Amino acid sequence: MQINREEIIHIAKLANLSLTDEEIDKYTNDMEEILTFANTVNNVNTDNIDELASLEENYNVFRKDEVKAFGNREELLKNAPSQEDGMFKIPKVIK
Amino acid sequence: MAREDYEIVMGLEVHSELSTKTKIFCSCPTEFGGEPNTHCCPICMAMPGTLPVLNEKVVEYAVKAGLATNCDIARTSKNDRKNYFYPDLPKAYQISQFDMPLCVDGHIDIETEEGTKSIRIERIHIEEDAGKLNHDEYGRGSFVDLNRAGVPLIEIVSKPDLRSKEEVESYLRKLKSILEYIEVSDCKMQEGSLRADVNVSVRKKGSKEFGTRTEMKNMNSFKSILRAIEYESNRQIDVIESGGEVEQESLRWDDISGKTFSMRDKENAQDYRYFPDPDLVAIKISDEYINNIKSNLPELPDSRKKRYMEEYKLPEYDSRLITASKYLSDLLEEAVEVCNNPKTVSNFIMTDITKFLNEKELEPEEIPFTAQQLGELVKLIDKGTISSSIAKKVLAEMFEKPEDPNKIIEKNGWIQISDEGAIKEVVKKVLSENEKSVNDYKAGKDKALGYLVGQAMKATKGKANPGMLNKMFLEELNK
Ligand SMILES: [Zn+2]
Repeated sequence: MQINREEIIHIAKLANLSLTDEEIDKYTNDMEEILTFANTVNNVNTDNIDELASLEENYNVFRKDEVKAFGNREELLKNAPSQEDGMFKIPKVIK
Repeated sequence: MAREDYEIVMGLEVHSELSTKTKIFCSCPTEFGGEPNTHCCPICMAMPGTLPVLNEKVVEYAVKAGLATNCDIARTSKNDRKNYFYPDLPKAYQISQFDMPLCVDGHIDIETEEGTKSIRIERIHIEEDAGKLNHDEYGRGSFVDLNRAGVPLIEIVSKPDLRSKEEVESYLRKLKSILEYIEVSDCKMQEGSLRADVNVSVRKKGSKEFGTRTEMKNMNSFKSILRAIEYESNRQIDVIESGGEVEQESLRWDDISGKTFSMRDKENAQDYRYFPDPDLVAIKISDEYINNIKSNLPELPDSRKKRYMEEYKLPEYDSRLITASKYLSDLLEEAVEVCNNPKTVSNFIMTDITKFLNEKELEPEEIPFTAQQLGELVKLIDKGTISSSIAKKVLAEMFEKPEDPNKIIEKNGWIQISDEGAIKEVVKKVLSENEKSVNDYKAGKDKALGYLVGQAMKATKGKANPGMLNKMFLEELNK
């Protein structure tokens, strides 16, 4: 086994997901399969190959430092379930 | 064992907001303030389907900071996602840099009681700032303002080379002044554009191994940082002394209670699951790019300090204090260009100007008069138009209502009396009214001369030329 139930519970917690016992079993199996698949890639011989910074061959895609204001707060807040004074209103966050 | 038997070991992670015009991955303005969520767009608000594009100035400024702190610049670098949930982080990840930061292996030198000490810098990387949560005093909820979300930051990580809070203060001040000199950050601590996380551990003196460290997060004033270090190092020593063990954890410093508090529960141990951001491509930096930035770096505080000691003949202490602030250092140099008298300008900065700034709790940037005006003032002393005691009064006026010092002395009738006849008259009057001092002087008490000069100054409201006064008193007394 490459992964166990505890690790699935930990990952679910990091992702803010609550899983039922059945789901934990199911995802443990699924994840096991994913890891086995990924191992095929891990086992490729990469001696003498430089570390890649990105899979994309393109590099240095930059933007000029010029302001373009979006200027439509209403549009940005439109889908918020709750808003007040131009801000997203959310349940109280304990400091 | 006592607290003195322990050594404090510290490392700093300094976050500094870059003074670019736009955010790191979108074209929204970075300007401080503004109505909530008005410096935002779909990209920095993490709307689905939007893509980040890196601001070229962010790379340039970070490389500049790296070169100014003696770092090696990476030829290949990339951005990674740091994953965590918090309502001020709209994407639920922060774009940062993990294993390929832009700058590595630097150092800066600080002055300590034992002389110059080099503090190693592990790395400097670029990342985005988070938004701001506002809390309702009635506890109805929290309110998210994303104006700061996506503002570019550099994080400067030192090695655990700092051993006292004095060293931490010198390091921070030095770093701050370097960033100001190279103009990549305005370092306004009150606006949060310079903040520090401090890693603290303690160990018995002579011990080679590090103790378990705690990390105090996000402090933005020198005062809180120093207080927090004092509190936390003592807390750790007390834990060890009472037979306990320091736990590795993140702490929040609370300025009001003067204590540190644990920030996260143990089972939620940090696990950021960094991975390369697939929305962004690699950054490749050429020698030419680096050399170009290197050759355009402005003169840094250490070099200015050396120049002030050699060319201006200023003391080490004065040179260090003045160059710590780019503003004061520029003020000195521009004023010297006007009056060609570094010693006097430096004295004004070190005494009257510093005193005034401290009293009014102002930053050097808030000095109301110009370097030109300060230079003119010194010129007036050198020409003998005013005495240095009058000059102090003029300077006080310049703080209240900045204008040409020539106008100030004219308006107040402060022009120095250098007329020989007028001064002779005063000297004679003082001599006739102070027979006892005259006799004292003649009996060998040299101090009496000072008293007589003082009386003459008083009689002329400080306007008499002190050199001429002295000379004339001596002439009369030695007759
Ligand atoms: Zn934006």
